[in-house]
Amino acid sequence: MVKFTDDKLAKAKEIIARYPMGKHKSALLPLLHLAQENFGGWLSVEAMDYVAEILNIEAIEVYEVATFYSMYNLKPVGKFIFEVCQTGPCMLNGSDNIIDYIKQKLNIGVGETTADGLFTLKTVECLGACGYAPIMQFGKNYREHLTKERVDQLIEECRNNAATNN
Amino acid sequence: MGIKLLLDKAHVEGIRFYDAYRREGGYRSVEKALKMSPNDIVEEVKKSGLRGRGGAGFPTGMKWSFLAKPEGVPRYLVCNADESEPGTFKDRYLMEFLPHLLIEGLIVSSFALGSNRTYIYIRGEYAWIVDILEHAIAEAKANGFLGTNILGSGFDCEIYVHRGAGAYICGEETALLESLEGKRGNPRIKPPFPAIKGLWDSPTVVNNVETLMAIVPIMNMGAEEYAKIGVGKSTGTKLISACGNINKAGVYEIDMTISVEEFIYSDEYCGGIPNGKKLKACIPGGSSVPILPANLLLKTAKGETRYMNYESLADGGFATGSMMGSGGFIVLDEDQCVVRHTYTLARFYRHESCGQCSPCREGTGWMEKILLSLEKGKGKMSDIDLLWDIQRKIEGNTICPLGDAAAWPVAAAIRHFRDEFEWHVLNPEESQTRNFGLAHYADPIHVPTV
Repeated sequence: MVKFTDDKLAKAKEIIARYPMGKHKSALLPLLHLAQENFGGWLSVEAMDYVAEILNIEAIEVYEVATFYSMYNLKPVGKFIFEVCQTGPCMLNGSDNIIDYIKQKLNIGVGETTADGLFTLKTVECLGACGYAPIMQFGKNYREHLTKERVDQLIEECRNNAATNN
Repeated sequence: MGIKLLLDKAHVEGIRFYDAYRREGGYRSVEKALKMSPNDIVEEVKKSGLRGRGGAGFPTGMKWSFLAKPEGVPRYLVCNADESEPGTFKDRYLMEFLPHLLIEGLIVSSFALGSNRTYIYIRGEYAWIVDILEHAIAEAKANGFLGTNILGSGFDCEIYVHRGAGAYICGEETALLESLEGKRGNPRIKPPFPAIKGLWDSPTVVNNVETLMAIVPIMNMGAEEYAKIGVGKSTGTKLISACGNINKAGVYEIDMTISVEEFIYSDEYCGGIPNGKKLKACIPGGSSVPILPANLLLKTAKGETRYMNYESLADGGFATGSMMGSGGFIVLDEDQCVVRHTYTLARFYRHESCGQCSPCREGTGWMEKILLSLEKGKGKMSDIDLLWDIQRKIEGNTICPLGDAAAWPVAAAIRHFRDEFEWHVLNPEESQTRNFGLAHYADPIHVPTV
């Protein structure tokens, strides 16, 4: 059963109050972020229906938005997501090699998740950190100036994190 | 050292927080502005000559004066922090290190425009900056600069951060408003312009982060002094985010009187090209603006020095010039392949097209496929003309400028680097093992003089 905890529900209400009366649909993008963070990193149909219910809008209004924006995951993802930028400035600084290296190291393709459910690899378009290329989005932050060594360290870090938290 | 108006305090310890920011003279412009009439502030901004820093370069004061003011209808100011143009990362830097400068600029601007509810629409990927901004807003509110009856002036204002979710198109102001209303980011047909019918059908002004920050020095020093900085219609300072093949990538504030050559080669700025490589080409204003080969970048077609300002970068039109755009300065050295680079940009625009207009939806995908096949040595000579033809049919035929933004990089790449495209067709195998390198269009004899 998909449902926010009481404190998340309070957060949702606080977000809705940022918009004038009757304009609560504006809270849709922030609420989808909240849902994705709290329901396993992706948006199931059930999660989207739940957001529609909170905002008292039609489910289709949620689906059409969730499918438009690239940050919403519409299928299950790994515990850790590597979103590697591949646009011009990152390409000039070797992002192609970084993507190939991660593919080979984790033995997955772009858009795939490792069998242990730990890692998902995604390619993304410009993250707005071109001066620190090549880069990836990792959770709430960016990892910049990527090298093969830094990718190795990050994978190690994730594995340790998963081992400690299990 | 050039004049710095926005970044002058960027390295002060603790400047991200209210106490240090206030100690360094922060929020003085709010105290000054609230004693003025809103119309006088708009006049000051007009006099300053400030032009929108998001890319289009439209005069800010004029944009503000278009705002409709019907009785009893709320007006809104929305800050466009959806920075997504490849090569551009100045707003991220500004918000991350100087969040209070944005809040200060927003309070003054909200007062001038009569916005009691102001929104910062920030790209979803800048998730950690949302926290930084919300903290700054809370501090400003705790110190009486936000909320009801600010400094006893009778003016009420709240600022909210609204996080997007990954869509370049939402940097287009009407798509941004759609997104802020909780919808897909499909740009609206104009007119009506947002100044008449914007957020929730109310009169709305949308301005870029850097533009709104520039309001603070304009108020503090006065419009006349501000307008003395720079040259011609390029007044004040501009932030440039420099990236690609340069020694010192980063965000620089310039006063728009320095030459492109100085910007690339001097140690104060980019510090030259790494590993002794030669400069091949540059996209001076974000991925949408035309790429220029080194010779046309450093000097105009008339042989005059090219400067880092709106007029000089555009000298020669699209035939031999480019644009200041968003200030995303992308440098390519002699080892880079223009065909591959253009392909990644075409892929970007295909990915970011909202799909509303068929020339853009179909055209961007078509260009991407052709460019990929050319890059992989599988193209035909006629593909180059076909590419040219497709970009011509996208430009000007779409609701919003994304179509133009997708067409221009392809057009400029073919215009200036046609021989490199042809070389890929004529040498399908060789093109997979080495790059075309420099040719007649580049500047192989260039020796920096600075």
